[in-house]
Amino acid sequence: MEKHINTPLTKDKVINLEAGDYVYITGIIYSARDAAHKRMFEELISGKDLPFSIKDNIIYYMGPSPARNGQIIGSAGPTTSSRMDRYTPELLDLGLSGMVGKGTRGSEVIASMIKNKAVYFAATGGAGALLSKCIKESRVIAYDELGTEAIHELYVEKFPVIVAIDSKGKNLYE
Amino acid sequence: MRSISIEEIIRNIKDMCIEANYKLASDVDVGIREAFDKETSPLGKRVLGQLLENLDIAENESIPICQDTGMAIVFVTIGQDVHIEGGSLEDSINEGIRRGYQEGYLRKSLVSDPLLRENTKDNTPGIIHYQIVAGNQLEITIAPKGFGSENMSRIYMLKPSDEAEGIKEVVLETVKLAGPNACPPIIVGIGIGGSFEKCALLAKRALTRDISIRSDKPHIRKLEEELLSAINDMGIGPAGLGGKTTALGVNIETYPTHIAGLPVAINIGCHVNRHVTRML
Repeated sequence: MEKHINTPLTKDKVINLEAGDYVYITGIIYSARDAAHKRMFEELISGKDLPFSIKDNIIYYMGPSPARNGQIIGSAGPTTSSRMDRYTPELLDLGLSGMVGKGTRGSEVIASMIKNKAVYFAATGGAGALLSKCIKESRVIAYDELGTEAIHELYVEKFPVIVAIDSKGKNLYE
Repeated sequence: MRSISIEEIIRNIKDMCIEANYKLASDVDVGIREAFDKETSPLGKRVLGQLLENLDIAENESIPICQDTGMAIVFVTIGQDVHIEGGSLEDSINEGIRRGYQEGYLRKSLVSDPLLRENTKDNTPGIIHYQIVAGNQLEITIAPKGFGSENMSRIYMLKPSDEAEGIKEVVLETVKLAGPNACPPIIVGIGIGGSFEKCALLAKRALTRDISIRSDKPHIRKLEEELLSAINDMGIGPAGLGGKTTALGVNIETYPTHIAGLPVAINIGCHVNRHVTRML
């Protein structure tokens, strides 16, 4: 089914999404990949706050190429999600409700998604130019020194994804 | 003796890095178009349609095809009668990469130390493979390699008794393991023979060969064709969401090996399999 959702992605919206749904996301989402996840994890361990409110929000596993003058962002497609698995259950426990990436997730992540009612979306890998057209605003909000791996706050319009794993654990990859 | 200036090398490397990342090599482009026409899975066809649209946007609006603009893999085949003028060949190749990634708005994806992980901020150093041959020409191939697919590559030290069937088994196992992570439809580069490191290099080299060109050895050609068909029967499909297009090509390169061994390396390339070659 085709569905349009707006962020924040509250749990009532999450539970209506099913594996296989074509979803178009509009609103604020946050980019974070390997290095940003490690940093966030370390900040949590040392008792600090995360650089953005994670409750009911979506993380996009993505590190863009640089924008040219006049462009909002460069190429901006998903990276392989499973590299973030180690850090994900902790973020789900804190209220993270959606993730966008590519590829399969580990069993601990899926169990935590079911427990916390969260959803995992797949965006098309290697379609970074196409996906960048749905990003209407982009600004770095944390870890600027990480370059492409900094956390970006992105405003997206009708960002095309597929529900790969839903909040009941149904997995499109299987 | 023929002289080639480092300025000419720097300029060509820079241009090739940019070209590779904005316009897909024609063999892969054609491969995706043909797959789109043949794909019967609605989800798979949708993904392939997105990839075609993505290629148009990349070329027309100057946005890299993929944000992972890769680690610059460079194959240099240099004639022994070539003299490099004005500086070091290795430095000039890295300078070309530096300028290409900066001026081409390409992502800087390298860290200087694999454990300390600090970004080098200019996408150098490249990985450079030299081959010295007869003559006075310099051939350079640039193949920027993304790591979604690189991470899914494998090496197996098989036994001679494993034969072609054993090779097929490990190739299919690797493709299955790669699944959606490697951004299918993939190109499968396979190196058979040589030694531990040689087969990996052959596999990487195989990814730079046009996917419409089959091996000139009849038994290897047969293996390429059988593997392509078997991989596409696996049903992984575009983006790993199901369909008959899992691989666009299987390229195999071979080399003599030891009486005791049958090394096999499988280097997975995503559908943004970039390669540009120039003869200077």
